[in-house]
Amino acid sequence: MLTLIHLYPREMNIYGDTGNIRVLARRLAWRGIEACVEPVTVGGPMPTAADIVLGGGGQDAAQGEIGADFVARASTLRAMADDGVVFLAICGSYQLLGHEFVTQEGVRIPGVGVLDVTTHGSPTRLIGNNHVDTADAGRLVGYENHSGLTTLGSGVRPLGRTESGRGNNGSDRTEGAVRDNVFGTYLHGPVLAKSPRFADELLRRALARHGHSQELEPLDDSLAEQAAAVAVGRPR
Amino acid sequence: MDFLAVWLGKLVLVALRLVGRRGNALPGLVVEKLFPGYLRRAMSRLSEGVVVVTGTNGKTTTTKMVATILTQKYRVLTNDTGSNFVRGAITTAIEHSSWTGRLPYDVAVFELDEAWAVRFADQVPPRRALLLNVMRDQLDRFGEIDTTARLLGRVAAATTRDVVLNRDDPRVSALAVQCTATVSYFGVAPELRAAFPNDDELYGGPLFAGTAPAIAELRGLPRTGQPLTRLRVGDLDATVELRASGPHNAQNAAGAAALGLVAGLRAGEVVAGLREVQPAFGRGQSFDVQGRRLDLHLVKNPAGFRQSLKILEQLRPRSIVIAINDDYADGRDVSWLWDVDFSLLSGLAAMVETSGTRAADMALRLKYDDLLVQRVEPDLEKAVRSAVESVGADPAAGPDVVVFSTYTAMWALHAILLRIGRPS
Repeated sequence: MLTLIHLYPREMNIYGDTGNIRVLARRLAWRGIEACVEPVTVGGPMPTAADIVLGGGGQDAAQGEIGADFVARASTLRAMADDGVVFLAICGSYQLLGHEFVTQEGVRIPGVGVLDVTTHGSPTRLIGNNHVDTADAGRLVGYENHSGLTTLGSGVRPLGRTESGRGNNGSDRTEGAVRDNVFGTYLHGPVLAKSPRFADELLRRALARHGHSQELEPLDDSLAEQAAAVAVGRPR
Repeated sequence: MDFLAVWLGKLVLVALRLVGRRGNALPGLVVEKLFPGYLRRAMSRLSEGVVVVTGTNGKTTTTKMVATILTQKYRVLTNDTGSNFVRGAITTAIEHSSWTGRLPYDVAVFELDEAWAVRFADQVPPRRALLLNVMRDQLDRFGEIDTTARLLGRVAAATTRDVVLNRDDPRVSALAVQCTATVSYFGVAPELRAAFPNDDELYGGPLFAGTAPAIAELRGLPRTGQPLTRLRVGDLDATVELRASGPHNAQNAAGAAALGLVAGLRAGEVVAGLREVQPAFGRGQSFDVQGRRLDLHLVKNPAGFRQSLKILEQLRPRSIVIAINDDYADGRDVSWLWDVDFSLLSGLAAMVETSGTRAADMALRLKYDDLLVQRVEPDLEKAVRSAVESVGADPAAGPDVVVFSTYTAMWALHAILLRIGRPS
C-alpha cells in the first residue's frame, strides 16, 4: 500500500491538478495495489508514513492563505525529501517548495527550501499548451499558466526542456526542477494524465523505497498517447 | 450622423448575409471603428436604458429570461445570439434600427462576458445590471477567478440605477460595497443551497450562506414527475414550468425575476414572463433526427458541466455524446474536465461517445472515472450519426440522445443537426 498526501486540497486545486492524485490512485488500483489518500489542511496533522506528496496550483490569494502553514512545516518537508519521499509539486506548490517568491513590488514570501529555486513575480502570464522532453520520463504533455518566473540554483537540475512553451522563466528553455525524488513543474493538464510514463516513474520510485524493485505491470495507455499526440499538435 | 453609422452597418450586414455568413460581429466592428460614439448615443435614447447580464454561467439563458420578462411591459432590444461582445451589441442595435437611425425600443438587454462587460460599461453606463456568478472558466483568458470578480466589480460600480446580485455567491455578493446604484439580491432558499456548490465548496470549503434578504428566491426544484419550479417573486409565491431545464436555470430564473421587479414590473407580470421563456440557442434545445429526440446542452466550465450532468438523472437518455473543442472561444486549456465528477454517468446504462478536437482527452478523463467510452470520434457529424443510430426511437420517453458540447462544437453541431434533422 502507498500513502499519497494531498497538500491543501481546499486551497490548491486549480486547473484540475487534483486529477494527478486520481491518476496515481487509479494506476495503482488497476495493478491491484492499494492507495490511501490523506489530505493535509491548514493547521491539520501531517501523516508520518508518506510515500508521495502532491501539491497543486492555487489562486494567488490561496497561496497567501496557506503560505505560513506551509513554511511552518519546512523542516518536516525537508526531512521527507532527504528521506526519498516522492514529491510532485505543480505551479504554486512548486514555487512554495523553493527558497522564496519575490513579488513585483519586492515583497519576499518565504518558501520551504526543499528545492533550490527562486521565483520572481512578473507582469505577464506565460500561458499555453506545452510539452517538455525529460530524461526521467520521456515527453510530458500539459498546459502552463503562471506569472512567476523561476530560476534554478545548482542544487537542482531542470526536469526537462521545452521548445514549444515558455517553461520556468520564458528565457532559458528549462521547465521544472528535480532533486532526489522531488519534482516541481508548471505543467497543469493534469500533467500525469497525458504523461503516463511520468506517473509510473513516480510510482516506481515510491515502491522502490519499500524495496519493491520489480517493474510495474504495463497498462494500456493508448488513449493517453492519442490525447497527448492531439495536444502536441494544437495551437498554443 | 448616426444614420450614416446605421447605413454603413446595415450595408455590411446585408453584404455578409448575401455571402451566407451570420455576421454577428463584423458590422459592429466597422461601426465601432468609424463611429466610436454611436452605441452610447443610441442607447441613451432608450427610455429605460440598458440592462447588462453578466457572470460566468447562465448568461445566455438568463438574458433570454430577462428579455422575455421585460417584454411584458416594454419594447425590448436584445442580443439573443450569444455573441456577447461589444460589437455584438452594436450589430444588434444596427440591425434593429430603422434606416433613419431610429431605435423603436424602450430598453436593451445585453448579455456580455465579464471582460467585455467592463469595456461596454466604460462606453455605455448600464442603468441596470444582473450579476450571476463567478466560476472557474477560461482561466487561460482571464488568468484568475479573483480577477474575474474584479471585472464584475467594475461593471457594478458603473451601473447607475439598480444592481441585482446573487446573494449566495460570495464573490458576487461582496460587490455590493462597490455600488453607487441601489443593490437588490436574488437567491436560493437555504435548504436548497447545498445543491449549488461553487468551486471552493466543491473542494471542501465551508458552505457560504448569504444573509441579505432576496427580492426573488428559488424555493423548490422540479423532480421526476413534478416539473414545476417554485419561486418567491416579491410577495408572490409562484410555480412555473421552466422550459430551460436544470437547477442552475431555476436559480438564474430567480435572478431574472429580481431584475424584472427592480425594472418596475409587478410580480404577476414577472411570473407571466418566466412562463413564456423558450430555451436559448444550444441550451437544452431539442432536435428530431431520424425519429430520435436529441437534446443539445452547452458546457463551458466545471460548475456548468456539473449542473448539466444533473439533468441526466431526470432525462435518462440511452446515448450520450460529449463534444470537447479547444478553440479560442472554448478555452485552449482542457484541464477543467478534471474538476468535473462523471461518476454519475456510470449509473445510467447509456452509451457514451466522445467527440470534438479533444475527443481523446475527454475519453481519457472518463477512463479515470472507470467509465467505458464506446467510441472516440473527433468528427462531430459522424459521432452524432453513430449515437442516433445506436438507439431505437422511443417517443414515450424523454430524449434518446443527450449531447454535451463546448461552445464552438455547439455552433458546428447546430448546423449539422439542422441539416440531418429538424428542431422539435
